[in-house]
Amino acid sequence: MSATAVAPRRRSVPDPHELPRLLAGAGVGQGPVPLEEHVERHGVLPKEISRREAARLIDLVEASGLRGRGGAGFPTGRKLRAVAERGHRAVVVANGSEGEPASAKDKVLLRRVPHLVLDGAALASATVGAAEAFIVVGEGAERERLAIEDAVAERERRRLDGVAFRVVTVPDRFVAGEETALVNFLNGGPAKPTFTPPRPFERGVGGLPTLVQNVETLAHLALVARYGPAWFRGLGTEDQPGTALVTLDGAVGRPGVYEIPVGLPLRDLVERAGGVSAPISAFLVGGYFGAWIGVQNAVDLTLSNTGLAAAGASLGAGTIIALPTGTCGVVETARVARYLAGESARQCGPCLHGLDAIATAVEHLAARKKQRRGGSEDLPRWTAQVKGRGACRHPDGAARLVESALTVFADELARHARGTCTGDGRPLLRLPEARR
Amino acid sequence: MSSLLRVNPITCEAHGLCAELFPERISLDDWGYPIVDPEPVTPELEEHARRAVEACPTLALALLRAGDRSPSGKT
Ligand SMILES: Cc1cc2nc3c(=O)[nH]c(=O)nc-3n(C[C@H](O)[C@H](O)[C@H](O)COP(=O)(O)O)c2cc1C
Ligand code: SF4
Repeated sequence: MSATAVAPRRRSVPDPHELPRLLAGAGVGQGPVPLEEHVERHGVLPKEISRREAARLIDLVEASGLRGRGGAGFPTGRKLRAVAERGHRAVVVANGSEGEPASAKDKVLLRRVPHLVLDGAALASATVGAAEAFIVVGEGAERERLAIEDAVAERERRRLDGVAFRVVTVPDRFVAGEETALVNFLNGGPAKPTFTPPRPFERGVGGLPTLVQNVETLAHLALVARYGPAWFRGLGTEDQPGTALVTLDGAVGRPGVYEIPVGLPLRDLVERAGGVSAPISAFLVGGYFGAWIGVQNAVDLTLSNTGLAAAGASLGAGTIIALPTGTCGVVETARVARYLAGESARQCGPCLHGLDAIATAVEHLAARKKQRRGGSEDLPRWTAQVKGRGACRHPDGAARLVESALTVFADELARHARGTCTGDGRPLLRLPEARR
Repeated sequence: MSSLLRVNPITCEAHGLCAELFPERISLDDWGYPIVDPEPVTPELEEHARRAVEACPTLALALLRAGDRSPSGKT
């Protein structure tokens, strides 16, 4: 079996051990990589692919071990196969909504290498038999939308693709990027999740089998198709091959989006970002659906799901935040818990009532208030109870974050119980401006 | 052959009848919403399960045959 699937033979295949891959040629502060430059670097993709080529591409993606980068880490090859096997005209949705306020990696990708994302969406469309591909960005992501629209226009002028791209903006809400919420929205409904089954791959946009894939996943797909699974596995771990975009924020020298090989030690990432800018007490790994890890356990961790499992975390969509000792982890958790409660789609009782109760309890702990309910017995019971009881995983993520805080910030909680707090009161974790 | 109970949390309005009719597998959380025991519903319990499914005013409860992904308890 030859290394590549569908791309023309290239003069040079990039070094499989070299970084960056996705962000090659994309300088910080520069505009999007133009089409000519993109084609120069990666070659043109065929406009149509045969059934045999489509089947081969699925095999290659499966062999590459590529997993979804929207948070859940589902094997991409398996999802492509599930949609292709419906044997029906399908729809592709490129999920660039990035509803999490702390995450910036999808925006960076959309704004710097829009053609790589579109390549991936075009290939995925050809593979599953879609005539239409929706490229979804958040309402506030003006620059990203323009970059993608310009890129689509460039390709249309050159009649590069066999699929029609539709650029769509979704409301900037946390749950809007959940896949059934996107499908619901694209079908003219509110951007709120729906009960499954049917899952999008069974019945999605316009009732057609729908492939929802994070934009970073599609960008990797575009490289796997050209350079093959062995190349893709040249970086990353056995279980999670390839590189990943991570958003690093908090008390580091140069916060920002970094492309790392999956499995990179956390300390190496921090070093690349210019080291810490203050003493650190904990890291939040996996964003607002992620988990806090105390600094003593964090420094030796490697950034892969296997590496993070021991600390009860996973990479999620790749957001990592360094919490300085001068910022109170309990107060920060309370802020995010309240934000996540407010972002509930308010459809499911356990999410609507549970996340609100959890947020209130954490707020009381943060404010060093005595409380009748939500004390030491109620809170762990509530976080356990809400998991798995929404139509989507929103409550699960919020509960996980709070649970990790109760463990990692045990000392700080004890201080709060005595009426003191180590925080300086300045907020750290990014939240959208109050809109309620 | 055993079955599985599944709640549609979007349509559920915490009427709580299911927990009354099928306490063997359904309890209520602090806000009155059903918590379903993940244990499969054994054939002896199926009658109770079916009654709970039928009693739900919002048709939020379904009895799925184990290994089957589509709801069978509601139409
Ligand atoms: C509450 C919630 C919010 C989500 N938001 C996003 C998002 O903003 N972007 C994204 O790509 N996936 C998001 N997801 C995950 C999607 O449902 C879906 O799994 C993903 O887009 C699939 O693409 P992937 O397999 O390439 O990761 C969210 C999931 C949940 C439960
Ligand atoms: S679990 Fe929460 S966010 Fe998800 S659908 Fe239900 S109410 Fe909406």
